Amino acid sequence: MIDDFLVRAIVGGVLLACICGPFGAFIVWRRMAFFGDMLAHSALLGVALGLLIGLDVRLGMIATCLASALILAFGQRQSKIGSDTVLGMLAHSTLALGMVALAFVQGVAVDIMAYLFGDILAITMGDIWLMLGGGVVAIGGLIWMWRPLLALTVSPEIAAAESIPVERLRLIFMLLMALVIGLAIKIVGVLLITALLIVPAASARFFARTPEQMAIGAALFGAASVLTGIALSWHVDTPAGPSIVISAAGLFVISSIVMMGLRRR
Amino acid sequence: MTAPLIEGRGLTLSFGSERVLDQVSLSIRAGEIITLIGPNGAGKSTLVKTLLGLQKPDSGEVIRKPGLRVGYVPQKLAIDQVLPLTVKRFLTLTRSATRNHCEKVLTQVGASHVIDAQMSSLSGGEAQRVMLARTLLLRPELLVLDEPTQGVDVSGQAELYRLIDEIRHELDCAVLMISHDLHLVMAKTDQVVCFNRHVCCSGIPETVRQHPEYRSLFGVREADAIGIYTHEHDHEHDLSGHVVGGCGHDHSHDHHNHNHGHNHGQGHSHAPHNHADAPIRQEADTAK
Repeated sequence: MIDDFLVRAIVGGVLLACICGPFGAFIVWRRMAFFGDMLAHSALLGVALGLLIGLDVRLGMIATCLASALILAFGQRQSKIGSDTVLGMLAHSTLALGMVALAFVQGVAVDIMAYLFGDILAITMGDIWLMLGGGVVAIGGLIWMWRPLLALTVSPEIAAAESIPVERLRLIFMLLMALVIGLAIKIVGVLLITALLIVPAASARFFARTPEQMAIGAALFGAASVLTGIALSWHVDTPAGPSIVISAAGLFVISSIVMMGLRRR
Repeated sequence: MTAPLIEGRGLTLSFGSERVLDQVSLSIRAGEIITLIGPNGAGKSTLVKTLLGLQKPDSGEVIRKPGLRVGYVPQKLAIDQVLPLTVKRFLTLTRSATRNHCEKVLTQVGASHVIDAQMSSLSGGEAQRVMLARTLLLRPELLVLDEPTQGVDVSGQAELYRLIDEIRHELDCAVLMISHDLHLVMAKTDQVVCFNRHVCCSGIPETVRQHPEYRSLFGVREADAIGIYTHEHDHEHDLSGHVVGGCGHDHSHDHHNHNHGHNHGQGHSHAPHNHADAPIRQEADTAK
């Protein structure tokens, strides 16, 4: 007999992996891994704000992720300070601010570890519905802007010359990504979410010939990582979030070895 | 007179304290070929990017015909290995097309063999051809080429220019081209704009060649070398608009080009038929 919480963990985890796959591919192509990291760090501030204002913590996380994406989108328009520096500043100051704000939350014992590394086994039906709703918005948006966004990724110059609204697309993509990260933190946590985005996409790269293949492959690798991670956690009693990331990394290593073998032949 | 496709008025732009564009005005009308020449660092690419709206000027304005279709071939396209992208997928980047259609345009530029290759594995010349093939699918009103022969060996350069000329005839579009291959460019162009942060001089190739500012920018020897070429070209052009050198390869796409040749055959009354029908030649850089 499989316990209910395990079913919820599997459904939520696989759902999240499918959302993260295509986004992860774009993050890898657009070299935005650090951007994802920064958004995740800022989510902790959302937890604190949620608790202080009495808002749902999940909505608080999504809201701060969206706000950070907006700040960053405009912060990057200046060129005096490099965008990696802007990212680093925002990431760590929002993280610090989040920790400080959490100290002001009285009477609630906040399980920081659950936010840092995720707590997939504590997933509720409410979480799953939120993820389903958010996922429809995120994936729907991505499909809607797929072709122009890909053109922009291949060459911003070609895209702009051919009347693709480059700036608007960049902004929408950043906001959708913020949404995805806000949704994902519950499962793998602030510190590991970037891994769930980029590692499956990197594994899929070995086998893909087109962008679309890589995006779908990333979703499959992600789902496999979630299932392996949960199984690992169930049988060996390891923390679930890190187990998922370890599984993803393991799949990457296996894929690269398989690929090397195929090339040699 | 029809309104220009793109018009820049009084464009001025500085990067830091360095002024890259100084009160530049330039317009491109339907069907026109404009070649932008000038020394390295003259701001040619910046001017084109400003005209296309990729770069905002500090002052001045760019007026673009509403709904203008532009085909842009950048100086070089570095496709990251991280992004898996076949040539076929690249051709349909901003506009969908069937595989047949993709094959057809690739054949036209002499690159049909790369349709399933990864973009990141192409040589410089192949990448340029593929980008030109993409513009054939786009059917733009304005084709913008930024040094289209960069990274292509000398023998391939003349071939690429011939290809561009052919594409231009097929699409019947305006062309804005940046080039410093003076020898090859001038003859094919309607208007040459000699540019060094401002428009030094412009006009038909003959006028520009005689212009003192042009001669001082490029040196008398270079300037005269062009003279020789223009002459050679005039001669060639009398023979046929499609003259190409002898082609050692056998092309599977001869049939298509034959049709093409016949359609336009009447236009080239002086042309020996086998020349007018000559398929696009594959050159050294694609035959690795």
